[in-house]
Amino acid sequence: MFQATSFVRRKQSAEFVAKMVFLAMTVAMVVPLLLIVGYLFREAWPILSVDFLLTNPRNGLRAGGLWSPFLGTLYLVGISLAVATPIGVLAAVFLNEYARDNWITRVVNLAVVNLAGVPSIVHALFGLGAFVLFAGLGKSVAAASLTLAIMTLPVIIASTKEALASVPLAFREACWNVGASRWQTIRHVVLPNSVSGILTGVILQVSRAAGETAPIMFTGAVMFKAIQEGDLFAYGLFDQCMALSMHLFVITTSVPDVPKALPYGIAVVLLATVLLVNALSIVVRIRLRSRRKW
Amino acid sequence: MQHRRGWEVAVEKGIEALIRTCGISAIVFVFGIFFFVFREGSGFLFSRFNPLEFFGSIEWYPTSQSRVRYGVLALIAGTASVTALAMAIAVPFGVGAAIFISEFSGPRAKETLKVVIELLAAIPSVVWGFIALSVMNPLIMSVFNVPIGLNVLNGGIVLALMSVPIIVSIGEDALKAVPDSYREAALALGVTRWQLVYRVLLPAAKNGLLAAALLGVGRAVGETMAVLMATGHSVKIPTSVMDSVRTLTATIASELGEAPVHSDHYQVLFIIGILLFTITFVVNLTADLVVRGIRSR
Amino acid sequence: MNNHRNDAYRSRFVPLACAALGLAFAVGLLACSRGPRQPEKTVIQNTGSDTMVNLAQAWAEEYAKVDPTVSVEVSGGGSGTGIAALIEGTIEIANCSRRFEPSEIEQARKLRGKEPREFLVGYDALAVYVSMSNPIQEITLDQLAQIYGEGGTITKWSQLGVKMPDGADEIIRVSRQSNSGSYAYFREAILGKGRDFNLGSRDLHGSKDVVELVSKTPQAIGYSGMGYAIPDVRMLRVAKKAGDTYVSPTVEATLSRAYPIARELFLYTLGEPTGAAKKYMDWVHSPAGQAIVAKSGYVPIPAGGSTPR
Repeated sequence: MFQATSFVRRKQSAEFVAKMVFLAMTVAMVVPLLLIVGYLFREAWPILSVDFLLTNPRNGLRAGGLWSPFLGTLYLVGISLAVATPIGVLAAVFLNEYARDNWITRVVNLAVVNLAGVPSIVHALFGLGAFVLFAGLGKSVAAASLTLAIMTLPVIIASTKEALASVPLAFREACWNVGASRWQTIRHVVLPNSVSGILTGVILQVSRAAGETAPIMFTGAVMFKAIQEGDLFAYGLFDQCMALSMHLFVITTSVPDVPKALPYGIAVVLLATVLLVNALSIVVRIRLRSRRKW
Repeated sequence: MQHRRGWEVAVEKGIEALIRTCGISAIVFVFGIFFFVFREGSGFLFSRFNPLEFFGSIEWYPTSQSRVRYGVLALIAGTASVTALAMAIAVPFGVGAAIFISEFSGPRAKETLKVVIELLAAIPSVVWGFIALSVMNPLIMSVFNVPIGLNVLNGGIVLALMSVPIIVSIGEDALKAVPDSYREAALALGVTRWQLVYRVLLPAAKNGLLAAALLGVGRAVGETMAVLMATGHSVKIPTSVMDSVRTLTATIASELGEAPVHSDHYQVLFIIGILLFTITFVVNLTADLVVRGIRSR
Repeated sequence: MNNHRNDAYRSRFVPLACAALGLAFAVGLLACSRGPRQPEKTVIQNTGSDTMVNLAQAWAEEYAKVDPTVSVEVSGGGSGTGIAALIEGTIEIANCSRRFEPSEIEQARKLRGKEPREFLVGYDALAVYVSMSNPIQEITLDQLAQIYGEGGTITKWSQLGVKMPDGADEIIRVSRQSNSGSYAYFREAILGKGRDFNLGSRDLHGSKDVVELVSKTPQAIGYSGMGYAIPDVRMLRVAKKAGDTYVSPTVEATLSRAYPIARELFLYTLGEPTGAAKKYMDWVHSPAGQAIVAKSGYVPIPAGGSTPR
């Protein structure tokens, strides 16, 4: 009795077509990504090894490994996140917990959104004008890290804000009901429950800080600097440093006669670091979310 | 009642002051960026700057020994052409993917796809530039039988792949934000999912989707390293997608290191930086106003 | 009730852990900025010509073995940047593929009260590259000017009498970005001082980029240092004008000035170099340093030695 009429059949075939079209569009983006990553890995395979990470570049950057740029990237990422995280978390706390719904809050929100959209080369110009020249830091790890910190700040603020907002109001109300002050509430209840969201935001920015070239190119990264292999404290705060992203750029554009696999190897190391860190953030997010009590 | 010790209250007041300072730090930094970039370029801006030549001439000869000319029209055309092509690819595909993820996929598929899109977003721009040089260049040369594969097409495809994640994630947010009552009403009338999307969701979410597209534009305009390596870096107004062009961002990146500090050339590059900052500021402001429009509903 | 204890424990543990981590990190930072792990290293900053950057890097790498207490930091940026940084005082040694302009010497005198000291360290021939599938073998400076210069008339290979396979006739000009020393030298030596490049060339970022692109593009022509040659490209023989002998860019031709577009490579310091910088400069002029010049594809100073100006 309830047989599908031709009208219904037409509707359903239209839906099927639509579904296939959208699926094709999604696949059209995912497939090139997988193909490209696969190609990079295949081309880089001959040169990848543990040695590759632990030895310095040799012979005019044509041989050897990635120790000095890798260490430089670690420094830059570490320092920039150490600076950006406290400021970002506290700024998000302000926006979510303390701010009233007035024009100042709107302006701050607007500023965060705009800071997120600033082109990386403008960050580079800012870093050059403010940290290298005005603050007198010169081209150094310090100036480059501070530039990266400003760059990663908005996403940390945004993801922390989201994490704080996801803590139910009931938790806060319970604290206020027993007489806790606002800061006590935040410190003992709200922040500990937002750790997963904050960590996710910070970990995501690790990949951004490690991958950007333009902001560090003019504020502290150099093409070459001789340091000792395996030395973890090789770069001082006011020295210049090498970095993985800069290294890839330099090898691709300025160094002749490199073995074919070398730039692929650098790209793969950079990509693998970034993807691993992102995978870590996803795992952290899932695990901490399962521990939630609401 | 337990009174709190004096120093505890003082510490708490101090922490609150710190929090407020951090809160307004974002404004400070945005203004700081504009201020410092403006400061480095202001000398030239207020003395010898000729807006007619700057915006109207394609002749970019900053280091000429005979006749120095600072015309950025070709550079603006370069940025515009690559961005336009990138958006023409990224917006339909991005919105299509957002619709698929939001409406047509089960929870498992949704999680996986979202993870994949996140990974796409995480690829550093210099790696994209390297891909453009080593993979896309020979590919374009062989598929389209052109002499050189570093052109608007190469830059456009790479930029599209870079901007898609932002369009997908914000587009998906926009679709999720459509009130459930709309969906329930439509389903009560017996629509298929496609009809739901086409007749209800898209019109309802169009503000959010527009914002997503605008943020994608902002991303594309501001991208530096990938276009530096992908577009062939040639000063001319493109007449086809197979032409090489140069973008504003790539010009700054490739010439800043070599411009003597505080020289005219250096200051003009900072002025281009101001131009870029203004463009992305306007785009982001528009996107934010559009999004605010849907939130307040 | 157990949950309650966990919460209290966690809420005290997390900030304490963060503080401890932060403290450890700060201590680590302070430690590394004072560098107790290694003896104090002297740093020599060396910036400038992109053409010379690989050479400078090879020197720095080799010198680190010769004297491990000195660390030479190398970056490119172009001769102009090196000169400006030297005048500002942020570097000790500038690499230049061109001489100081009189205005720059004036600036150095005014700002720092010192004269720039010029040290010749080698020669570089500017080679004209074409792809291996291009049959052309030689070219004159005038033809190059007509190809690259503003208002130039040569746009197709057939105008040079070259028959390209596949009839692909358009000349694809590959150049450098506008403040590269190679760009400036090409403009001065070939286009002449009053003339500029024609717009629409592919202005690539590095000396190696040019050669790479030319090797992959049959219709392309490009210029770069002769040290950047790879097997897939051909360096054209060059003559000053039609009727002169066409000369290949080789070490001998550069030294004898038979190859018309060769330039000198300099290291500049402000005033006389002292201490670690002087030892480095001396090493660069020694046979060990000059051997690296040759290995990098440039032309070392002939054995008679050079007199610094």
